[in-house]
Order: sequence, then structure tokens, then C-alpha cells
Amino acid sequence: MLKFTEDHEWLRAEGEDVVVGITAHASEQLGDVVFIELPEEGREVAAGEEIVVIESVKAASDIVAPVAGVITAVNSDLADNPGNVNADPMAAWFFKIKPADAAALEGFMDEAAYQALIG
Amino acid sequence: MAEELRRTGLYDLHIEQGARMVPFAGWEMPVQYPMGVMAEHLHTREKAGLFDVGHMGQVLVIPKDGNLETAALALETLIPAAVLGLPEGRQRYGLFTNASGGILDDLMFANRGDHYLLVVNAGCAEQDIAHLQTLVDVDVVPVTDRGLLALQGPKAEGALAALLPAVRQMKFMDSQIHDWNGAELWISRSGYTGEDGFEISVPNTVLREFTEALLRNPDVAPIGLGARDSLRLEAGMPLYGHDMNTDVTPAQAALGWSIPKLRRVGGARAGGFPGAEIVLAELANGPTVTRRGLRPEGRAPIREGVEIFADEDGGQALGKVCSGTFGPSAGGPVAMALLDASLPDGTRLWAELRGKRLPVILTELPFITPSYKR
Repeated sequence: MLKFTEDHEWLRAEGEDVVVGITAHASEQLGDVVFIELPEEGREVAAGEEIVVIESVKAASDIVAPVAGVITAVNSDLADNPGNVNADPMAAWFFKIKPADAAALEGFMDEAAYQALIG
Repeated sequence: MAEELRRTGLYDLHIEQGARMVPFAGWEMPVQYPMGVMAEHLHTREKAGLFDVGHMGQVLVIPKDGNLETAALALETLIPAAVLGLPEGRQRYGLFTNASGGILDDLMFANRGDHYLLVVNAGCAEQDIAHLQTLVDVDVVPVTDRGLLALQGPKAEGALAALLPAVRQMKFMDSQIHDWNGAELWISRSGYTGEDGFEISVPNTVLREFTEALLRNPDVAPIGLGARDSLRLEAGMPLYGHDMNTDVTPAQAALGWSIPKLRRVGGARAGGFPGAEIVLAELANGPTVTRRGLRPEGRAPIREGVEIFADEDGGQALGKVCSGTFGPSAGGPVAMALLDASLPDGTRLWAELRGKRLPVILTELPFITPSYKR
């Protein structure tokens, strides 16, 4: 099941974890991604905390933790190949987080609601 | 209330091409096309990129007495370059300085037989024209009925020559007038990318038609301001308002090469321009700080404003990055900063990014080898 945040992240439940990436809309807005700095595995993060730095040819921006929890995995392959964010944003996951609250995903938008948001 | 943004004669074409438009120096300009900044950059280095630079100011400087030497000597009171002596059909780079030796703008000027054609930065054009109008012996005529294109890259010559075969004979910094279907094109072999190429002033009446004729060539793609910035940065070229301004002198901006011996101390036409004492003393003695290249060891770009330190911990900042981005052809981040002129290239310094110091190497400019047709 896919959910979306107002920060243009996509969230996919995978067992107890949530896999996090950015949407095609976000990757288009960013432009060509040239550098990604990922968080440490095992780091405990708060909802809304800036945990990924993403640099495009144009500017630096952040990706925030969508929910509170613990980082269980990061996609170091993506850090080596940042252009994959533009090539296939829905496959280019950044990190997996185990939410502190198992029901944390419920409040987020479904795809139809997200499409309505970006017009 | 925000001032209304101006549009070039190619605005509609940019929209049709899917450009993303942004405000730039009072103009609404394409920052990128659907190809994207990285691909646009690489396309320009491999084939030919077409840039709308119609926001830049084109100005004619005409001697009132009909004698070109009058205009040359008048311009030399504002510009520390050799204007007199520039042959007809040739162009040079120069600077407007102020009384404290700072840079008001940089420009190109061309000898067109009975007058000079100047091309200045969009953001400075109004001020430059007012500055030129202080000269009593010349008429200053802003050109308002023309657009300006830059066609840059190894395929630029072929693409332009397909429409105007005579341009093949032009050399770097030649400035000529050519006829295209009855329209007068003002063409110079120059640019702002480090590539061979042309800058083409086109009457508004045929601007769209001529632009579309170039774009029909499969080697030519429209390129936005985003790639223009990374291309010029890799080529080690300074951008006004970032790498130079009224607080930066020609020597500090590493633009002393534009001031020839005859305008320096002991030269036949030494001084006689605003801030000459300061500018010339600094050129003679060497500046304490100057514009240097920086290559971060990692992949994170260091951008304008990032502070540079001598050590990984502590100490005072040595300077700040004035321009920095990711260089697609350099294959990594590239930046320029005003730093101690005595530090040797290869010195390892530290850039403070998001609270962390990252290693950067002081590197000779430019970051890529230019390919001008001399």
C-alpha cells in the first residue's frame, strides 16, 4: 500500500518498516540530483526531522522523517548513483524506518489525494 | 509591489519548448527545458547549445565628431582596456571600474568601423548606459529592436554555417555583420561556456524565424540559464554580482589580463580611468586575495556563501565561495572563491557545509580546457 506526504515523499509499508522515497513530481522540481547524504542506520528520529540532504544541480534540499521511529536501512547504492532519483523516483528509496507507532501510516494521503494536491 | 518582469522576443517560443521560466535580473528567462540542466550542459559540450541572452544590454557608442578615435579615447576613460588600437571587426573584453577600483560591470566591446558596439550584463545595463552618457564626446544609443542569441559548442560552427557559410572564416573574437534573408545579423565568435561558438544579435522582426531555423538542426538544442551557469563556472569565467562587484578589484577578480601594459604604470596611455591608482598599484604589487578555483574531494556541491578554512577544526574563515555548483563535464563539484593569492594550487582547504568541514583542493582555473577557434 502506497501513501504520500505533503512533503512529496512516498511511503510503502514493508513488514514492520516503512520504505521512503520522493515522488516523480518532487524529482522533477528538484532537477538532476547530484549528491545524497543518508542518515546512519539505527538512528532514532522525530517526525519532521531533516535526515537526508539532497543536492540537485540547482540547490540543496532536505528530506524529512515522515514519522517518528528508528532508521533500519539506508540505500547506499542510491548515494553512489544519485541520478537514479530522476531516472526512476518510485524505485529509488532513500531509507527504511520502523515507526514508533505501528498505525503511523494511516493519516497520510492515498495516491488519488496526492494527485489532487499536486494538480 | 514587484516590478513587472521583462520578456525577450523569444518568450512564446520558450513556453512552447516547455521551458521553466524564472525571474533573472528583471527578466523572465528560461532556467531549463525538459532535457534538464545536466543533459543541457553536456549537450552544449558535445554538440551545440542555443541560449537566449536577449536580456543582455546592447549599446552603440558613436563619436559625435565622426572620428572613431574620439569614441575610443572616451571609452578608455571608463574602461581600463585598449579600446584604441582594436582593429575594425574585432572585439575585446573589458571592465567598468569605480573610483575605489571596484568593478561596476564587465562587458564586450567591438570596433564596427565608425562606432563601437558594447554588450553589458542585464542587471547592470541601466546603470552602464547612465555611466556612458556622462561621456560628452559620444552618443550612447541603447539597441532596443534586437534579440541576442548565443550558439555554443563544437557543432556551433556547422549549425550556423548551414545558414551563413561565411561564418566559417571567423576567428575567436571577430565581430562581423552578415546578411540573412535581408536581415542584418551582428555576429561575434565568442561566448560564455569555454566552447567555440557565436553570439548573434538578431533584429526582432526575424528573431523567432532565425531561432527556429537554428533549432531545426538536430545538433542544436535550446539551453537554459541553469546550464549556462555550470558551463561558465567550469570554464573559470566570473559572473557579475557573484564573483565580482563594486568591492572586488580587477586583480582580485583575476581579470588583470584585460588591462594591457599600455594602460598600466609606465604605459603610453597609463591610468586615466576610475580608481586607476588603486587598480594599477594592486596589479603591480600583486593582490593579497584573488579568485581561485576549488574542487571538493567529495560529491557535495559547495555553493555561494560557503566559508573556507585552512584547517579541519577551528580558525577564522579564509574566505567565502562566490560561485559553486556541480560540474557535469568536470564530473564533480566545482567552485570559485576569493582566497589568499600566495597559497599554491593543490593546497588542501576545508569548506564548512551544514556544520561539517569537507576537504577541498585549490585548483587552477579553468576546470575544463577551452576550445576556442583562434
